[in-house]
Amino acid sequence: MVEWTEFERDTIKDIFSKIDYDVVGPAALTRCLVVYPWTRRYFGNFGALYNAEGIMGNEMVANHGKKVLHGLDRAVKNMDHIKESYCELSQLHSDQFHVDPDNFRLLADCLAIAIATQWGSAFTPDIQAAFQKFLSVVVFSLGSQYH
Amino acid sequence: MSLSAKQKATVKDFFGKMSTRSDDIGAEALSRLVAVYPQTKSYFAHWKSASPGSAPVRKHGITIMGGVYDAVGKIDDLKAGLLSLSELHAFMLRVDPVNFKLLAHCMLVCMSMVFPEEFTPQVHVAVDKFLAQLALALCEKYR
Repeated sequence: MVEWTEFERDTIKDIFSKIDYDVVGPAALTRCLVVYPWTRRYFGNFGALYNAEGIMGNEMVANHGKKVLHGLDRAVKNMDHIKESYCELSQLHSDQFHVDPDNFRLLADCLAIAIATQWGSAFTPDIQAAFQKFLSVVVFSLGSQYH
Repeated sequence: MSLSAKQKATVKDFFGKMSTRSDDIGAEALSRLVAVYPQTKSYFAHWKSASPGSAPVRKHGITIMGGVYDAVGKIDDLKAGLLSLSELHAFMLRVDPVNFKLLAHCMLVCMSMVFPEEFTPQVHVAVDKFLAQLALALCEKYR
């Protein structure tokens, strides 16, 4: 089981209570699709994702970004049982969506950058460390049911 | 994944804009590296302190960023331009190449914090590619 300090628990709750899901979610997924173009392979039915402009203006991408960010809520509420919380979602991503789990890591990096863009210097090294630790646990959990 | 002419121009342009804050960003990036990835402190055991924000860490971050700026000037042939730095890293420093990616990520975080408007997804991909190419050039002499 993952051990969390009080600072880490407070930081995670604080981040998710303060961020605007409607801004950060779309920003993170958009960045992921622009910066790591191979990730577009999973969104064939989203329309034209051929260039940055197309991706940044795409409503389906924006909506999906919000959905994915809300997918982290269960981990925030359940920090001591993150792996269990994602059992089903992990199976889904493996067996139905066939997503290479390395992509979760790429999206997590984009999420850190999206928040850094919003918060500036308020995104201190300690906060970044706590956030990335949290994301790495989620990333691990999402990959845990792959077989 | 080599840089297009447009991406090279984007990198030069963004680093130009960044130049007044490059020391801060370099210092901050290395600080974040040791804060977020504590295992990287293993390379700095010979320092008085390798903790985030400490003087030796900030100073070295500035040195590294200086090297990155130098590489921007050699963007058309990084392998040739960074030959001696590559030898340094291969034979003396022997930094595990995975750490170049970690530091690159921390640099990107700092750039997005200081230049939220300018660090668009298009700039992000160009700079990310450049830092990856830089890392490859640094690894050239490893084996």
